Amino acid sequence: MKTQTSVRLTIIIIAAAAGLIFMMARDGSDNAETVKVKKTPTITASATKTAGLFQPPLEQDMPKNEFGKTIKMGEDIFTNTALYARQYIGPTNLNCRSCHLDAGRLAHSAPLWAAYVGYPAFRSKNKHVNTFSERLQGCFKYSMNGKAPPLGDPVLVALESYSYWLASGAPIDPKIPGRGYPAVPEPPLPRDFERGRLVYEQHCSLCHGDNGAGQLDANGQPNFPALWGAKSFNWGAGMASLKNASGFIKANMPLGLGGSLSDQQAWDVATFMNSHERPQDPRFNGSVAATRAKYHNSPNDLYGTTVNGQLLGSGAVAPQTRQKGTR
Amino acid sequence: MSPNMPLILLVSLLLTTVFTSAFADGAAIALNGNGQGAPACFTCHGAPGEGPPANGFPRLTGLSAGYLQTQLNAFANGQRQNAMMTPIAQTLSEKERVEVARYFSGLGGSRAAVEAAPVMTSLGEQLAIQGRWSQGLPSCTHCHGTMGAGVGPVFPALAGQSSLYLENQLRAWQQGTRAPGPLGLMSLIASKLSDADIKAVAAYFSSLPTKTPSLKKTP
Repeated sequence: MKTQTSVRLTIIIIAAAAGLIFMMARDGSDNAETVKVKKTPTITASATKTAGLFQPPLEQDMPKNEFGKTIKMGEDIFTNTALYARQYIGPTNLNCRSCHLDAGRLAHSAPLWAAYVGYPAFRSKNKHVNTFSERLQGCFKYSMNGKAPPLGDPVLVALESYSYWLASGAPIDPKIPGRGYPAVPEPPLPRDFERGRLVYEQHCSLCHGDNGAGQLDANGQPNFPALWGAKSFNWGAGMASLKNASGFIKANMPLGLGGSLSDQQAWDVATFMNSHERPQDPRFNGSVAATRAKYHNSPNDLYGTTVNGQLLGSGAVAPQTRQKGTR
Repeated sequence: MSPNMPLILLVSLLLTTVFTSAFADGAAIALNGNGQGAPACFTCHGAPGEGPPANGFPRLTGLSAGYLQTQLNAFANGQRQNAMMTPIAQTLSEKERVEVARYFSGLGGSRAAVEAAPVMTSLGEQLAIQGRWSQGLPSCTHCHGTMGAGVGPVFPALAGQSSLYLENQLRAWQQGTRAPGPLGLMSLIASKLSDADIKAVAAYFSSLPTKTPSLKKTP
């Protein structure tokens, strides 16, 4: 034991001595990297077209009263959904802000302020007039692959309060500029899975992973969202539509490089993403074909189509409501 | 000091040398160097890899093994250049780079769990958590994880990192003296930061808590 202690001591002494020598040898400058590295061309993203668009209030202007607390709760739910609304989300690693960037503020990333001033509205998705609260319920049911909080639930009240506050000063206008995701023009070539795969490998897999499963941070918190598979949005979500997905991707992806992909690349990679299995549509009626006919009958929707021999929707993860209770 | 201390020192020095050269042991390299010219990592990065923050040597503890290994390889092959690290990384064998990366990664240092969303008061905190989307600038935590915990082998932990080191890296990207990295993200991001932004965001991340790693823990 004594020898071991001595060994350790020796190591420390040697290390310290080496350190001293090393420190003395340094020229006193800081440790900045002083090198010539070939400058790579900087990509100029066209993502920052905010001129003329509605500007939501700043974080620091949030009211400091009882109402402000509920607004803040709404923001917390929005940015850390797994922590603050755990009871209503499925086995997903998505947060609200995964698709609504800048905590629901960013134009062309389905900002909350624009949605707020667009309801009540008739939706072809469910063929009736939806209030804003009901629209929020849809996010939980489909995008978060969970279950809808009941109307009046504190989660919905907080999210609605946050959205209302973000919309302060915006006109009631279902066509307010910046709403939803921009429409990407039809590409010159037909949308293609294989080209999409290449786009994915070059521009997307760094963050979302080779298998589209996303990544957790070192603390196990959801970080990069899953784009397909069991932890992603289900087949009923808006992002399962190629129109929405290509719009979101073109405007915002890769993060910080929005606008850098071509229209063709955006459609191709959206096609690649949505050609993978994901959790079943909660409206599934027992038959993929019948479910497609009723809810997915669009060229922008790959549910119920066959891609690479796989009938999309047939291998879908069982409806989330059946496996609830573990979270 | 006992009379036979010099002898003990000599013997242990010999033992250490034998030990170090016999195995590509990350801990041994960190403590003593590799016996082939690479000095002990602790000499500059502090023991155990906490990095004496004031002089700009980065904290290594708890960074992902994949990230550390990538950086060592980049130093060795010239993709990333630094007057001190380039020759050191070149002296380490590939296996030694793997081992030493694994060692520092295995020291732990995972970040404090996130309880409540903080109220953004400082410029650094705003950039870190919200970004500045009017400029198309995403938040740092979007890729580096909540509280800068780090994500996978590509996005290193920022919490507890030396603020001078972070400042130096952001400036190196701005000036093109550090290669832009994956997708060119960091050089683009740095190009959107002012000097005040850089100081603020570096100070913010360096102030974030990390778990104190244990020297006893081996990979």
